[in-house]
Amino acid sequence: MEHASFLVQAFVYLTAALVSVPIAKRLGLGSVLGYLIAGAVIGPFGLGLLGEPENVMHFAEFGVVIMLFLIGLEMQPALLWRLRTAILGLGGAQVLLSAIAIAALGIFAGIEWNVAVACGLILSLSSTAIVLTSLRERGLSQTSVGQSGFSILLFQDLALIPMLAFMPLLAIEAGAIPHGGGADHGHEPSALAGLPSWAQPLAVVAAVALIIFAGRLLTRPAFRFIASTNLQEIFTAAALVLVVGVSLLMETVGLSPALGAFLAGVVLADSEFRHEVEVDIEPFRGLLLGLFFISVGASINFALLAAQPWLIFGLTIGLILLKAAIIFGLAQMFGHKRPDATLMALGLAQGGEFAFVLFAFAIGAGVVPNTVADPLVAVVALTMALTPLLFILGEYLSTSADTGRDTKEPEFVPDDQPDVVIAGFGRFGQAIGRLLIANGYRTSVLEHSADQIELLRGFGHRVNYGDASRADLLRAAGAEEAKVLIVAVDSPEKSLEVVKAARQHFPHLKILARASDRRHAYELLNLGVDQFEREMFEGGVALGVKALQALGQRAHHATRAGRLFAKHDRNLLLEMSRYWGDDLVYRQAVRERAGHVDQLLRRDLNMFGAGDPDAGAWDTKSLEEEIRRDTMPAST
Amino acid sequence: MERSILLTFVHPVYHKSRANRALLDAVQTLDRLTVNDLYETYPDFMIDVQREQELLVSHDVLVFQHPFFWYSAPAHLKEWLDLVLTHGWAYGHEGKALVGKKWLSAVTVGGGAASYVSNGKDSFSVPELLRPFQATAHLCGCPWQDPFIVYGCHTITDTGLVEAAESFRARLIALRDAPVAPEQNLTNV
Repeated sequence: MEHASFLVQAFVYLTAALVSVPIAKRLGLGSVLGYLIAGAVIGPFGLGLLGEPENVMHFAEFGVVIMLFLIGLEMQPALLWRLRTAILGLGGAQVLLSAIAIAALGIFAGIEWNVAVACGLILSLSSTAIVLTSLRERGLSQTSVGQSGFSILLFQDLALIPMLAFMPLLAIEAGAIPHGGGADHGHEPSALAGLPSWAQPLAVVAAVALIIFAGRLLTRPAFRFIASTNLQEIFTAAALVLVVGVSLLMETVGLSPALGAFLAGVVLADSEFRHEVEVDIEPFRGLLLGLFFISVGASINFALLAAQPWLIFGLTIGLILLKAAIIFGLAQMFGHKRPDATLMALGLAQGGEFAFVLFAFAIGAGVVPNTVADPLVAVVALTMALTPLLFILGEYLSTSADTGRDTKEPEFVPDDQPDVVIAGFGRFGQAIGRLLIANGYRTSVLEHSADQIELLRGFGHRVNYGDASRADLLRAAGAEEAKVLIVAVDSPEKSLEVVKAARQHFPHLKILARASDRRHAYELLNLGVDQFEREMFEGGVALGVKALQALGQRAHHATRAGRLFAKHDRNLLLEMSRYWGDDLVYRQAVRERAGHVDQLLRRDLNMFGAGDPDAGAWDTKSLEEEIRRDTMPAST
Repeated sequence: MERSILLTFVHPVYHKSRANRALLDAVQTLDRLTVNDLYETYPDFMIDVQREQELLVSHDVLVFQHPFFWYSAPAHLKEWLDLVLTHGWAYGHEGKALVGKKWLSAVTVGGGAASYVSNGKDSFSVPELLRPFQATAHLCGCPWQDPFIVYGCHTITDTGLVEAAESFRARLIALRDAPVAPEQNLTNV
C-alpha cells in the first residue's frame, strides 16, 4: 500500500468509526454494532471506500491478539482455579455438545462426515472479541453471567490448540492430501508445512513450552532492564515487541497468535510489570479491535447473501437458535437462574472470529471445500453482526422476566481488589505496608524503582512497577476499589503529582501522604490530603525520648514529654498552614510567630511551663501547702 | 520454706516522690525480691501480658506499692489488672495461677489517719477504700494481707518516714520468711 493511500484508508476507517460509534452508543446499541455497521457501510458492498478489507482484517486481528494477551495478564492462577468448574465443565460441555449437534445436522443434510465434524468444531466457537467487549460495555464483566461467559470463551480459546492439531488428521482420514498446509489465509505459510501431520502437534507443544519457559526466565530481567531506562515509550515498545514476537512464533508453528499471546499473558500475570504493560498497550487493543469490527462488517459478503438469501439467513438463525439452546440448558445445569441463562445463551450464540481463521486453515488443509466454507463464513459474520442486538434482547428478556435474577451486583471479588494502594515502597512505604498486611488488609503497591522491586520480591511482597502519578496506573493498581491511598514516594514533587492525580480521578479515596518537611506538608494540606506525617519527625522525636532517658529521666516521663512535644509542634504547623499559599502573608506570619528557629525554640521552652511535661499532672504542691495551712493552726 | 516477693511498683512521678522513694529504697535490696516498675517498664502502657504473668507465677508473695490516688491506684495499675489478670488464668474455673499467693497492698496516703473515718473528710477508712483490691485478691484465691499504710505523706517528717520504711522492710521480711501455715493454703482455695 502506498503511503498516501494508507493515510486515506486510515482516514476513512477512523471517520467511519467516529460517525457511527457515538450514534450507536447513543441509541443504546453498543460500540460493537456501531463499528460493524460502519464497516458494512464503507465496505465493498456498501460505499466501496475500502481497498482490500481482508488485508485490513489481518492487520486488525492483531487487536484480538492483544485482547487475549490482556486477558492472559488477568489470569492469575488463583482466579483460574476458582473458575475451573465453569471453564472445564460449562466450557467443555458447550464446545462438545455444540460441535456434535452441528456435525450431526450437517451429516443429516448430506455433508461428508469429516467435513461436518470440522464445521461443527469451528462453529461451536463464539466471538471472544465481541462478547467480552459487550460484557464490559454493559458492566457485566464481574457478574456471574460475565464470569461464566468468560469461562466458556476461555475454554474455546484453549480448544483452539487441539482443533488446529486435529484438523489435518481429518483430511488424512478423508483421504485428501494436505497441500501447502498454510496456517491461515494470507499469512506466511507455516514453516512446519513440510512435516508429517503427526509431527505438527509435537511442534505445537514445543512452541508452547518455549513461551512458558522463555516467559518465566527472560521477560522479568528484560523488563527490569528496560524499566531502568525510565523511558515510557521504550517500555511500551517492549510490551508490543513481546506480543508481536509471540504472535510471529505461533504463526511459524501454525498456531493461533491469539492463543500464544494469551499464554504470554498468563506467564506475565504475576509479574510486577503487569499493570504497566496492561495500561501501555490497552489503547492499541481498543483501536485495533474497532478496526477489526469494522473489517468484519466490511467482509459480510452481501453478494453471496443476495444469491442465496434463504440458505444464509436460515443457517444464521438456525446456528443462533441451536447454540443458544445448548448454552441455555447448560447454564441452568450449572446453577444459573433462568434470566441469567437467557442472557448468557443469547450473548454467546454467535460464531467467532477464529472461525475465519479456522475455515481458511481447513480449506488449506483440504478438509472443508470452498462451497461449504464460503456460505458458512458469511453466516459467522452475520451472527457476529447480530450479537449486539442479541445482547439487547437478552438483557430485555432477563430483566422483564425478573424472577430472582442473580442481580448485577459483583459477587465475585478478585484476589487483587485491594483495601489500600501504597504508592512508593521504599523503607517508609514498607513500614506502612507491613503494618497493614499484618492487620489483615489487602494492599496493592506501586513502586517506580525496578531495583527496589527486585529486592522486595525476595520478601514475597506483591509489588507492581509503575509511576503512581499516572491515573491509569493507579486505576490498574485498584484505586477505584480501594478506600485508602498512601502516598509514600520519596520525591516531594512526585508526591504532589500523585496526590493531584488521585484527588482528581478518585475523589472517594482517603489520601494519607508522607511529607518530607514543613513546606511539603503545607503543600499537601493545600491539595486536600486527609492525613500527613513528616517522614523524619516521628523518628527524631522517638530518639529524642531515648535521649531524655539516657539523661536520667524516667521512661514514662520522657515518653509523655515526646508526645507532648510532637503535639505542640503539629499544632504549630497546622496554625502556620492557614497562612500558606499567600507567600507574603505567610512570611509575615512566620516572622511574627515561629518562623525563626530561635522563636521556635522559645515557644518549645514555654510549652512545658517550667520545662516540666508533667506540670499540672500529679502535681501536689498546692495541695501540700493547703494541708500545711490547715494543720498548722490545729497543731498550735 | 523460702518464698520470693514480687513488688509491683506503680508511680507516675517517682522522680518527685518522697514517701514511696523511701519505702522502695528500704526494701529493694532484699534477697528474693523483684521490683517491677510499671511506669518505667511500660511508659506507653503497652503491657507485656505474658511477661507479667510469668513474673507472677515465679513469685510467692505479691506486693503492690503505690500512692493512693483518688482512693485508688494510679491508672497504670488499673490497666495492669485489666490486662494481666485474665479469665481462665487468674480466675474462673480454670484460673488457678495465683491461688495461695499472699497479696499485700502498700499505699502512701496524703491525708492523715484522722480524716479517713466515717465522719471525717474522706468518709471511709483506707482498708475500706481498698475493698476493690481485696475483692480482686479474693477472686484470684490470694490471701489478703492487712494493707500497709503510710498516712500524711505530704507532711510526714524525715524521721517518721525512716520509721515507716523500717516497718515496711520488717513487714516484707516477715512475709517472705514466715513458716507456711498449712490451713491457710486450704481455706483460700
